[in-house]
Amino acid sequence: MYRYDEFDHDFVQARVAEFSDQVKRRLAGEITEDQFRPLRLMNGVYLQLHAYMLRIAVPYGTLNSRQLRMLGQIARKYDKGYGHFTTRQNLQFHWPALADVPAILADLASVEMHCIQTSGNCIRNVTADHFAGAAADEVADPRPYAEILRQWSSVHPEFSYLPRKFKIAVTGAERDRAAIQAHDIGLHLKKNAAGQLGFAVYVGGGLGRTPMVAKKIRDFLPEADLLSYCTAILRVYNLYGRRDNKYKARIKILVHETGVEEIVRQIEAEWQQLKDTELKLPEADIQAINAYFAPPALSARPEGDALVKQARLDSKSFSEWLEQNVVTHRHPDYAAVTISLKGIGEVPGDVTDSQMEAVADIAEKYAFDELRVSHEQNLILPHVARADLKAVYDALVEIGLATANSNLISDIISCPGLDYCSLATARSIPVAQEISRRFASLERQREIGELKLKISGCINACGHHHVGHIGILGVEKKGSELYQVTLGGSADENTSVGEIIGRGFSSEEITDAIEQIVHTYLGLRLSPDERFIDAYRRVGPAPFKEALYAGETKAA
Amino acid sequence: MKVLTANRLSDGIAVWYADGGWAETVGHADIAHDKAAEDRLEAIGAAAAANNEVLDVNVIDVTIVDGLVEPVRLREKIRAAGPTIHPDLGKQASPQAQRAA
Repeated sequence: MYRYDEFDHDFVQARVAEFSDQVKRRLAGEITEDQFRPLRLMNGVYLQLHAYMLRIAVPYGTLNSRQLRMLGQIARKYDKGYGHFTTRQNLQFHWPALADVPAILADLASVEMHCIQTSGNCIRNVTADHFAGAAADEVADPRPYAEILRQWSSVHPEFSYLPRKFKIAVTGAERDRAAIQAHDIGLHLKKNAAGQLGFAVYVGGGLGRTPMVAKKIRDFLPEADLLSYCTAILRVYNLYGRRDNKYKARIKILVHETGVEEIVRQIEAEWQQLKDTELKLPEADIQAINAYFAPPALSARPEGDALVKQARLDSKSFSEWLEQNVVTHRHPDYAAVTISLKGIGEVPGDVTDSQMEAVADIAEKYAFDELRVSHEQNLILPHVARADLKAVYDALVEIGLATANSNLISDIISCPGLDYCSLATARSIPVAQEISRRFASLERQREIGELKLKISGCINACGHHHVGHIGILGVEKKGSELYQVTLGGSADENTSVGEIIGRGFSSEEITDAIEQIVHTYLGLRLSPDERFIDAYRRVGPAPFKEALYAGETKAA
Repeated sequence: MKVLTANRLSDGIAVWYADGGWAETVGHADIAHDKAAEDRLEAIGAAAAANNEVLDVNVIDVTIVDGLVEPVRLREKIRAAGPTIHPDLGKQASPQAQRAA
């Protein structure tokens, strides 16, 4: 994985020193909150309901054991013994004291981590497919390009005060696991007919109060033009994006209001001025960054097949975990493992200090020291020899992280909601927990099949509810929590925004409503192979509306 | 009825104005029963923010339950108690707060 060079080290150390001084001056009363707020936000420090919150960048979701171990230590030493992985592949601590933040940043810097650009109207942490470098269906590893974008966008003087925040995601496979069409810029790394690498470029996707699916504005952008083209997009956005209304300030609104044809014309015009400048990526630089992401030396481990076969005969639970949480690797003797952070009734994305340390040990011992954070709030071991899968499973069972529910209904994305967040209008985690408990039976979950359920505690949609097969949005109505349900969203290569199905449900009703929706789906699917989303696209909302609200209509 | 609340500068912990200082629990917060008292609380909050003791100062609606102050809105109830998903964390975890609850 990427290792800091001298410049990165100096840059991060300088930022730690600078922010430490700012914190010291703030605590001494030398600067006001109005002066300090933009400074703390640029360093990932928010204020939530109960305390400050610190958001730590995990660039493109890639971690090594040393880093995860340090996150565990920080959780124990400075926080309350746990952390929360987010949909931007980052980690949040919910209880740090401001006075401790300089020490936390120094600890993070010691393992090449930081909190830079995890907030503010700048280019945020670039996210990538969590199976990058491992997936069997991948054309090329998207992370070197995410790293190039990180270097380019870090304290970029022109793009540090954009109209609003700006999110970029990259995938290297046809099957989109990085939700690129829900991003301000989505990049799909692919090869053209001549075998050259380049990108399909999507612009103007986003969730929040005005969800939009990104528009494809270029089918193939040569890799050398990545930075010049992104700069052209950002320039057009920076110039014309609205600054008068924060709710209309994202690039999705600009694209929508300007029209795709015109925005493409503007971007292309800008790009003509930039494409042959120093922004053109030299092949040597691409190769140099690629070298940092060289895959581990995966030696042949052909004994895996026999060992897995035997272990499956010995243990039904291992067999289920294998079927659900283990995916095909590009090397036939290896596999990529999803470590579910969605234990039944647990808080989605939360992990304790000791679990972080134990997972770090597992990664070190069995997974070439590599870990990923998925935007679905799970951890990934991207390279595990099939021969070691049983040992990994046993180690995960010991720490309570072997729940075999990847992509099932209890693998819920949930934002922190009103239990922590000062923007939230309703709680989301308790809803996730109750649905998870209701569908606790793995047998039942597997019978239902792939079902992406996503919950947000306010319209800002951090829980990606718009692109859930089933989405739940919590709002406050007349002093109570009310949950609106959307159906038919998805965040893959066929991204769609879910449709509101009808009136919302109280916190007491919402789990029953979800169960009714699932029951309806099971009754109308053509076969167990027809996933919820496919069935919904075939039949539309009518049967679900009928199941949820018919009684009311008749009563009325 | 209203009380004054904020988050403490040094650690961000939720606090309520009580008896001339900032208390870590809401139960005995100073109550404003009329507009004049509310204005006084707001002035105290603005001064404390200007003095860099606290931030995010707000005057919130409360009621009295069993002789103790209790916020009206769910958001403020959660601030006063802690995350509903973690009874072991936040104000609700301390014996004093449990008595207040």
